[in-house]
Amino acid sequence: MDVLTENFSTYGEGFLGTVELTVYASILALVLGFVMASFRVAPVGSFRVFGTVWVTVLRNTPLTLLFFAVLLGLPRFGLVLPFKVFAVLALGCYTSAFICEALRSGINTVPKGQGEAARSLGMTFSQTLSQVILPQAFRSVIPPVGSNIIALAKNSAIAGAFSVTELLGTYRTLNELGYSIIWTFVWIAVGYLIITLTISALFNFLEKRWGVAR
Amino acid sequence: MKALDHDSSALYDIPGPKTERRHMLYGVMSTVLILGLVAWVLYLLFDTGQFTAAKWNPFTYKGIQELLLKGLGNTLKAFAIAAVLSLALGAILAVGRLSDHRPVRWVATLIVEFFRAMPVLVMIFFVFVALKVQPLPALVTGLTLYNGSVLAEVFRSGVNSVERGQREAAYALGMRKTQVMSYVLGPQALRAMLPAIISQLVVALKDTSLGYLITYEEFLHAGKLIASNLDYDLPFIPVVMVISPIYIGMCMLLSWFATWVSKRQQRNPKVEAVDVAPAEPGTLLPGRQ
Amino acid sequence: MRTTLRTTTRTTRVLATLLLAALAAAGCGKEGSPPTKGPKPEDLPKYQVATDFRLPDSGTWNKAKRRGHLIVGAKEDQPYLGEKDPATGTYSGFDIEIAKMIGASLGFDPNRISFRTIASANRETALQNGQIDYYVGTYTINDNRKKLVGFGGPYYMAGQGLLVRSDEEDIQGPQDLDGKKVCSAAGSTPYQRIQADYPKAVLVAYDTYSICVDNLLTYQVDAVTTDDAILQGYAAKLPEEMKLVGKPFSQEPYGIGVPRSDNALRFAIDDALEAREKDGTWKKAYDATLGLSGVPAPTPPPIDRYPAS
Repeated sequence: MDVLTENFSTYGEGFLGTVELTVYASILALVLGFVMASFRVAPVGSFRVFGTVWVTVLRNTPLTLLFFAVLLGLPRFGLVLPFKVFAVLALGCYTSAFICEALRSGINTVPKGQGEAARSLGMTFSQTLSQVILPQAFRSVIPPVGSNIIALAKNSAIAGAFSVTELLGTYRTLNELGYSIIWTFVWIAVGYLIITLTISALFNFLEKRWGVAR
Repeated sequence: MKALDHDSSALYDIPGPKTERRHMLYGVMSTVLILGLVAWVLYLLFDTGQFTAAKWNPFTYKGIQELLLKGLGNTLKAFAIAAVLSLALGAILAVGRLSDHRPVRWVATLIVEFFRAMPVLVMIFFVFVALKVQPLPALVTGLTLYNGSVLAEVFRSGVNSVERGQREAAYALGMRKTQVMSYVLGPQALRAMLPAIISQLVVALKDTSLGYLITYEEFLHAGKLIASNLDYDLPFIPVVMVISPIYIGMCMLLSWFATWVSKRQQRNPKVEAVDVAPAEPGTLLPGRQ
Repeated sequence: MRTTLRTTTRTTRVLATLLLAALAAAGCGKEGSPPTKGPKPEDLPKYQVATDFRLPDSGTWNKAKRRGHLIVGAKEDQPYLGEKDPATGTYSGFDIEIAKMIGASLGFDPNRISFRTIASANRETALQNGQIDYYVGTYTINDNRKKLVGFGGPYYMAGQGLLVRSDEEDIQGPQDLDGKKVCSAAGSTPYQRIQADYPKAVLVAYDTYSICVDNLLTYQVDAVTTDDAILQGYAAKLPEEMKLVGKPFSQEPYGIGVPRSDNALRFAIDDALEAREKDGTWKKAYDATLGLSGVPAPTPPPIDRYPAS
């Protein structure tokens, strides 16, 4: 029980590490996912192919392999970056493929008439997409995007297994110090539950505020 | 490339001759850009000496190939065991969640929700480090608890998505609940759920690579052993080039199988009584996908 | 949508073909293993196998005798100490030689020892569950661990050291680490010592030392810290690129892990080790393995025959 009180700073550091990773990687995933989703519905063929390859490859890559490749592969091109940045890159790119698919199916839920009406008003592709379709798609993609962000938070544990700047990684330090390993894990589990439930609550709020039942 | 008149057609007009030329220009430009990017990466690979004989030489030895194949075999072994056990656990938990007894339902719900909210890696490490179990059973336990819980939700929503009339008709014929489940609802739900089940198995296959982190001697572990060997000139990039197509290929084959099954099912009259299954399992809180 | 699906299927086919090609290629490889740098099998000392050795009081020994061979836990990624050849699966290094010479004294021929890689986190469990008979792999003796397992030896005295790139001029010892990136295994004792004693160093942690060494070579970190024996092994593999600096700044006696209750085995291992140190076999084993790094053989530390409890 006193594992938590005696090592509050270690846990706090790990907890904040996970939060930080999740926030930065989510931003990257949302931006990349948005770009890839617009590629996949674009009128230009090569964009569609690029988007499709991106999504297909990343969705079928084990995240551990991706971590392995980013963490040890990129430095070979002379790139010197802290571990956290590599972790954000791996997590963000991986999740972007799932976000892209969520956005794309969201775009498909917007009735065709909306796009047709926009076009008949003379809007271009980018105007139709950004001012008519996406704002509506946004509402129906809140739940799937939310669950992808939760998945991202959980996947950040892989970063912790490689290094220590994360909640799961704290178990190594505490284990070496000789604390009860069962309790160590109980508090790690509680930490993850706090994070996932917070994200869940946030997206529930967003959904209540803007979501529509279709 | 004329076949643009599908779902995305609502976003833009069928291009006229001018637009088509403009799109062609964009297409060529972006293709050149992408090819340039690929060429740059290739140049970097050559420049940093990733294609030297020293780095690729190890792969020509039988021992190394056998090591990789053994790793691949261990990956598939972990996957097979985890898949079978997850399906079994999923079925048990789904029965629990559909039970008429409230305590049973509560316990099953609690288990399912807890294991879906926990990172699968935390469970694997808990079993491995805290319960001091061997790597393979630890990996399989973690994967089973997580995927079993997700599959329980898939099964449950499958059974619930069978048209109400089927259930009512079966009860009206005097069938007991077990009979209704196993003769009427189960078979129909299973067909509709097959794509979702296979998609979840892809997740399990991908997650076997987590075994690498607890020193289970699977495919990635074999790759790392070769990649981090100072005698082989640290052939890291070659290892990634060899193992990732195989990993991605296996997962894609399985994903592709799921798509194929789901397309076949849509044409199958036997599943008409069931709403089309969601492609992604458990959109409520799906966790790792 | 139609184009998308077609692309996917085509890529799948290409990848499936690649997979098959890879599997087919496996049938036609060269025998043997790629050239390696390290202890040469022909230079290793031969150990006289004790023929009429008996140890009826040791459960572990009796079990091994009935089985016909010993099972010894080791490390697989520490050059010159305990390293597994990826191609042949054979283990080599100083720890492995120690395991073999003790095995010989216990009446087991070196080719009757099967080595098994045990991760650091699992050493105690593997000994407690009887998965291995004893463990030789940079296993530092300390009081916490003595509560869980028994320790024969020590057979070597290591100390925390620093590994840097050959062109590094600024770092001469732990006192020069301010603002430098130092890599070590997450949560390990060396990691915690740097954290406590040299708080200005920027610590980077990974789960294995081989990632740290990789990071050192790709300029992600400036130094790697852990026991000097481990670092010597890495430096010896790439002497033009890496070097050890400064004096060791801690004492890490390496012991041979045995099941805690098996005192008979522990004392037998102590006896065997003492005899091997006296007749010069210990030094021969060192010279043929870790000694290749250029560090001359030290005097082995005195054996700690602590009483059974």
